[in-house]
Amino acid sequence: MSAIQPPEHRIWWKQPVEPLEITWIVVAFIWCIFMFLMMPYWHVFGKQNLANEAYRTTPEAYTTKTQAMVDKHKVREEKFKVGEAELTIPVVRPPAGSDVYLIARLWQWWPMLELESGQTYRLHLMSMDWLHGFSLQPENINIEVHPGYEHILTVQPTTPGTYSIVCNEYCGINHHTMASKLYVVAKK
Amino acid sequence: MAINRMFRTCPMTGLRVHESAEALIKANAVAAVVFLLLGGILALLVALTRWQAVHLLPPDWFYLVLTGHGLDMLVFWIIFFEIAVLYFASSILLGCRLAAPRLAWFAFFLMLAGGIINNYAVFRGDSSVMFTSYAPMGAHPTFYLGLILFAVGALIACFVFFGTLVVGKAEHTYNGSVPLVTFGAVTAAIIAVFTIATGAIILIPTFLWSVGLVDHIDSLMYRTVWWAFGHSSQQINVAAHVSVWYAVAAIVFGAKPMSEKVSRGAFLLYILFLQLASAHHLLADPGLTSNWKIFNTSYAMYLAVLASMVHGLTVPGSIEVAQRRKGYTKGLFEWLRKAPWGNPVFSGMFMSLLGFGFLGGISGVIMGTEQLNLIIHNTIYVPGHFHATVVIGTTLAFMAVTYFVIPAIFRREVSFPKIAQWQPYVFGIGMTMLAVFMMGAGTLGVPRRHWDITFAGNALGYEFPGTAHLMMGLMGIGGVIAVVGGAMYLLVVVHSVFLGRRIETPGFQRVRAVEGMAPIPVPQPAGAAPQAHGGAQAWGAPGTFALAMVFLVSFVLYYFINWKYLATVWPLK
Repeated sequence: MSAIQPPEHRIWWKQPVEPLEITWIVVAFIWCIFMFLMMPYWHVFGKQNLANEAYRTTPEAYTTKTQAMVDKHKVREEKFKVGEAELTIPVVRPPAGSDVYLIARLWQWWPMLELESGQTYRLHLMSMDWLHGFSLQPENINIEVHPGYEHILTVQPTTPGTYSIVCNEYCGINHHTMASKLYVVAKK
Repeated sequence: MAINRMFRTCPMTGLRVHESAEALIKANAVAAVVFLLLGGILALLVALTRWQAVHLLPPDWFYLVLTGHGLDMLVFWIIFFEIAVLYFASSILLGCRLAAPRLAWFAFFLMLAGGIINNYAVFRGDSSVMFTSYAPMGAHPTFYLGLILFAVGALIACFVFFGTLVVGKAEHTYNGSVPLVTFGAVTAAIIAVFTIATGAIILIPTFLWSVGLVDHIDSLMYRTVWWAFGHSSQQINVAAHVSVWYAVAAIVFGAKPMSEKVSRGAFLLYILFLQLASAHHLLADPGLTSNWKIFNTSYAMYLAVLASMVHGLTVPGSIEVAQRRKGYTKGLFEWLRKAPWGNPVFSGMFMSLLGFGFLGGISGVIMGTEQLNLIIHNTIYVPGHFHATVVIGTTLAFMAVTYFVIPAIFRREVSFPKIAQWQPYVFGIGMTMLAVFMMGAGTLGVPRRHWDITFAGNALGYEFPGTAHLMMGLMGIGGVIAVVGGAMYLLVVVHSVFLGRRIETPGFQRVRAVEGMAPIPVPQPAGAAPQAHGGAQAWGAPGTFALAMVFLVSFVLYYFINWKYLATVWPLK
């Protein structure tokens, strides 16, 4: 009987299954298992994995740590025109391997980072207010940034150049203005 | 209070149609279409704004309209239509009376009130928080209140559906087990119940927070619980549109499921494993471990993905078997070439199946892979994916089945048959363009929910490659084509329902069923008679199997292309 009528055989669960279906189920299942195994595999052998390191903290504590880094490692200030406003943002060049802090807030990334290619850094991300999205272009690395959760990732910039950080989590009326630069310079 | 036991027999299908069920199906379907109209107008405005060469709306209006578009389409259009599907799959397919019609009307008006209140909140202008309304970004209290009322109404409607199953069983209106399509609808309704329960867990505290009674909503908690609601509600759609596929295969071809056991087992996998899938929205979030992410996103070893792959084979497989029995046996694909491509019920359903599988399904699994999500999260790839699943998959399937519902339930002829014939193609092709170019632009990093990717006047902005702008333009064109397809649908449906020629059946009357019993089934007209039992041929659907292999190869290739792309980005750990 058709699919809009009760099954023809009362005991339908004892009817034989077509070999075509069995074959497909087996093939599809093997592929599903393979895709599942690919994720743990990449944790062991792949180079792009998110850290499991995160801490609950407050905006005040996080700002204090960021400010300390800026005070210690500021190399210059840069001025940018965003719409009508003129912004002055410090550029920070922390030593390789150190803890690097980035604040996300309405509607700005602060401060600006200058990193060396080939070095690793412990990058901290946190929002001061609403959700934001850390989207590094043109690498296209995208990470959710929460208020109250300090997320730490170890990054290793590859090629020198000027990168952009775009906010890609909707954060209100000026969301589309929230962008910044990230400089990667060659190792001295 | 007397129970309405008036039935009529549908001359086209031989189905017994309960008077109250018919009225409720009509009401829910009409409400759905009204929200589709509203959502469609908003869709056009969104597409014309993101198409940077047009860039129609100012930012405040863009974010408002995008919020309204998401809610009117994903919630109000789809769920109203699904309630109509539930009533059809229970009362009409089982030939029994709808349980508690008054309660069903109460549910309908509650849902309608919820939809109107929520739209009121959005159009006030202070609730442009997007469909997801992530706390701590807050909306006006009526925003959450509208959603809560709507959800309560939908929950009541689900229980009317369950009650109707009980009535059918108790009054012996059918023999043996419920039909496969009803089984699929049960799946959708069960998923709906736990989805709505999860929605209550997150939306009620958020509502209390918005009026000042709760002082803090944690952003990670919100996202975790909200997605258990937000993603699961898309699984209701999957279960519902897969049921519609089976129904269309049965209605158009008289196709018999290849085997009841496999199809029903696959629906069961949805119930057991879909809820976990919501974790794939949290792959780029802090505070959750990789073990948690891997277990949950692989849907516990991808068993729900497996279920969709099974339906993707058995639906066209059953059509192939039915067609081959009619004599279309030449080569691998004569059954498909000679299918009724001019019948919008079939063409819409088949495009829904292809789009859902090839575009939506594959991209969904890619995005839901823990590490691959890093290069996709929150880019416009994401709406590209879900326009393929929810719009090509669900909406197009619902549009297709509407062309059956108009004569069968509204008893009107479909107006402008030529327009109806072209409608699924225009809509399907426009939406395919939209989805594909969104995914392409997302691969280049274009963010979703973003008013201006040119960053005009912003010295800090990023200059996206020219290809990204080209893709966004093509996406806009696809969006406009799809809106034209949607307008054709609305024209045909509204005209047919209100002004279409009535289908008069000589000697038409509603028959009162004897106490406790629905009318005796009438023999089916020869044309729609289901095919006799098959299974004689061991390998009955070789063409479908070939298509499945094409699907698998595309899937595998695209999967590895994405890993290769991931391997080129900055090392992270």
